[in-house]
Amino acid sequence: MSTLHIIPLAPFLFAFLIPLFYKKFRHIHTGWFVLPLPLIIFIYLLQFLPLGGTAFQPVEVTVAWVASLGIDFTVYLDGLSLLFALLISGIGTLVVLYSIYYIANKRDEPLNNFYVYLLMFMGAMLGVVLSDNLIVLYVFWELTSLSSALLIGYWYHKERSRYGAQKSMLITVTGGFAMLAGFTLLYLMTGTFSVQEIIAMSDQIAASPYFVPAMILVLAGAFTKSAQFPFHIWLPDAMEAPTPVSAYLHSATMVKAGIYLVARLTPLFGGQAEWFWIVTGFGLLTLLWGSVSAVRQKDLKGILAFSTVSQLGLIMSLLGMGSAAFHYDVIDGESLYTVAILAAVFHLFNHATFKGSLFMVVGIIDHETGTRDIRKLGGLMAIMPVTFTISLIGVASMAGLPPFNGFLSKEIFFEGALNITTLDMFNVETLGFLIPVVAWIASVFTFVYSMMMFFQTFTGKHKPEELPKHAHEAPVGMLISPAVLGLMVIVFGLFPNMLAYTVIEPAMQSILPGLLGEGEQFYVNIYHWHGLNTELLMTMGVVLIGTALFLNFDKLQQTAFYLGERDPLNGAYDNGLTGLISGAQYVDGVQMTGKLRHYFTYMFVFLVAVLSYALIRTNAFAIDFANTAQISPYMFFIILALSLATIAVPFMTKRVPAIILVGIIGFLVALIFVVIRAPDLALTQLLVETVMVVLFLLVFYHLPELRKESFKPVFKWSNLLISLSVGAVVTITGLSAHAFSHGHDISPISDYFVENAYALAGGENIVNVILVDFRGLDTLLEVFVLGIVALGVVVLIKYKASGREEV
Amino acid sequence: MKNTPIQLHVVTRIVAFIILIFSIFLFFAGHNNPGGGFIGGLMTASALVLLYLSFDLKTIKRVLPFDYAYVIGAGLLLATLTGVAGMFFGFPYLTQFFEYFQLPILGETELTTALPFDLGIYLVVVGFTLLVILTVAEDDS
Repeated sequence: MSTLHIIPLAPFLFAFLIPLFYKKFRHIHTGWFVLPLPLIIFIYLLQFLPLGGTAFQPVEVTVAWVASLGIDFTVYLDGLSLLFALLISGIGTLVVLYSIYYIANKRDEPLNNFYVYLLMFMGAMLGVVLSDNLIVLYVFWELTSLSSALLIGYWYHKERSRYGAQKSMLITVTGGFAMLAGFTLLYLMTGTFSVQEIIAMSDQIAASPYFVPAMILVLAGAFTKSAQFPFHIWLPDAMEAPTPVSAYLHSATMVKAGIYLVARLTPLFGGQAEWFWIVTGFGLLTLLWGSVSAVRQKDLKGILAFSTVSQLGLIMSLLGMGSAAFHYDVIDGESLYTVAILAAVFHLFNHATFKGSLFMVVGIIDHETGTRDIRKLGGLMAIMPVTFTISLIGVASMAGLPPFNGFLSKEIFFEGALNITTLDMFNVETLGFLIPVVAWIASVFTFVYSMMMFFQTFTGKHKPEELPKHAHEAPVGMLISPAVLGLMVIVFGLFPNMLAYTVIEPAMQSILPGLLGEGEQFYVNIYHWHGLNTELLMTMGVVLIGTALFLNFDKLQQTAFYLGERDPLNGAYDNGLTGLISGAQYVDGVQMTGKLRHYFTYMFVFLVAVLSYALIRTNAFAIDFANTAQISPYMFFIILALSLATIAVPFMTKRVPAIILVGIIGFLVALIFVVIRAPDLALTQLLVETVMVVLFLLVFYHLPELRKESFKPVFKWSNLLISLSVGAVVTITGLSAHAFSHGHDISPISDYFVENAYALAGGENIVNVILVDFRGLDTLLEVFVLGIVALGVVVLIKYKASGREEV
Repeated sequence: MKNTPIQLHVVTRIVAFIILIFSIFLFFAGHNNPGGGFIGGLMTASALVLLYLSFDLKTIKRVLPFDYAYVIGAGLLLATLTGVAGMFFGFPYLTQFFEYFQLPILGETELTTALPFDLGIYLVVVGFTLLVILTVAEDDS
């Protein structure tokens, strides 16, 4: 157990103390106790940053967990993990600080719940990014789903919160299960759960028939978690969570778990056409769908939710494009496709900063005005100057304007999208031109909703009469966290190369290992000014067209497109869920009728089906009359009488004749025993039959007056058919069993009994000797059965419950 | 009592004893001839059922004041303990023994541990049959 192991576990352990702090120090906001933990982790992780300009050396430490199954808690810290861990702990610190001011320390506010869930989430997320073992990763992955659902449903008295929590849980956990199946397939192919070892065997996996199924299953997990189309629908509904949660989980960290997974497994699956097209295609589709949907939102958090969806799509598509680098790249030091990976990592970082600050800003607006509806807001520029400034930075960065970091990552995104059109494989020649086109259209919409969000909130006329609260600037404590993030947007926008050596290069090295020779490293240099190239023209086009669209916003507001706020895919989800429930109820209603006769039908049909399938499968329709005994003349008469009596039973319309007929059958069976020379059986059968008839008559005599009715069997063709087939199948089974036993040399055990009954047990009646001596235990237990039955009868009749007793 | 079935009573008194004796014969004959605890028990039960059928329940209860639940219990205990006995001498459970003895009156007789075991079965079968039939018959609700 090293310090690195403690990092993901510390939040879980610390969570145990939260209720204690909450109860003991009621007047101090519980958040203050939480705050140091992510800060310490963040500072601890900072020391791993490669500041000297040398290549980053991954750290790996292992603790055995379930060693027999190859499940070890291995922490693997490389550039990618470090980037994510820094984001999680850094933004975690800011979010905790922000939440202290956001969620008031009221009497009935369950702050202990909030911080326990939040710490759970933080630990789980750190576990996801740090663990090298797929099963451990999966465990932490599901813990993020669980804690996320708990956080979304924090205000569980609200119906929408519960709906959102359920939805996110169902979608992400379904994806998680698929991912587990994918991991299992990976294990089948390689025999190890360690990501690094699996990556080392990537050639072997690419040749395996499980390659595509494993890839699709793993991607299902990544896509559901990272809200890719069409699984993105949970994210807008997760906005019912408190705003710090939205800022932390649904912009900066959890939704990037899928991105992390795709990036982490790029060396494994990358370089294949399927991976390239699925990741790029879904990414671009999500990018476009998210940005178009965001324009239609009226709720600030709704806009941000769809904006997050769209930006996640952007990062995902970049990872897809970057995977092409595995095929052939770095020709004469000119890296063409690695640029996409650079853009992905850079934008991942940028998005976390500006989206985090924007969510916090929206939370402030909500907190200070009482609404998030952009139709009610307006003219807040003068009232909330600090909030306004931070928003301006965040929105400009989101829209991709210079000099903020969003501009840079968008430029590199365009560069990557343009580069990929030069790729002459994976059929990019035919469809590749769509990639920059889609990227450009999505950017236009991104620009429009950014403008919308900004101008509708801060400019125009202030409408105090529509606001539930008197609007004023937020307290300083609430502004610290967004201000820090806003500052980062500017600093990394102006000096992007600060990130290049420390964060981006090691992360690229983890996503694209093996492309560089020993001791080499990626050299990233990000400039604002590339000269007048296509990318810059594209950005200018985005700004122009976007502005034009926004100027016609009044017209846009009238269209049906703008009015339909809900994502149409929600209908599919809601109908699917209700359909699943009603479908299950329908099937259950049809099948579970509560009528014994239907269940008998199922059982008999199943019996006939299984037996006939087995007979056909083994081709067992053998009938062999060798070794059959001579039939004595009496037997014909007995069997004839027996058959007649049996056939007559169903036709009896009164109970008593039916009983008598059953008695007759019993006595005829006793006669058969006589003929086949089984005196003990015959005696027993006679006596049992006598006692049974007496019992039957007694019971029928006691049938209650009201229910007394004549016994009229209902005739049904289906029942006849089932009865006949049961009889036929059982008969055939018996016949074929006889035929097959003849073929095999099986000597009966009875010879032993015949020889030894007198010598060993001192008895001449072999049947009795077997019953009491050789197989005494059976007899003993049968007698126990009799005793239990008798007691059961007594209890049922004498101690009938009147239905009034308390159980 | 009107319509007392005198003939039935008289015949029952005689026949019931014959059946009882026959049932005891069957019980003892079991080891070497058809019969045994199960058949003997059923036969005894039949004799008693005949008594119950021809006389009323109360009369027979006065004559035969058994609680058949205890009869079942006694039978089970006897059968179970017979098996345990051999274990004290290091034999597996339910090992049966037999030996020939020279007894007064009976001459050379085979005594076997299977007999108490069979007696247990006999008691359970008698108890079971009568308990079930009487419980159902007495149920007047």
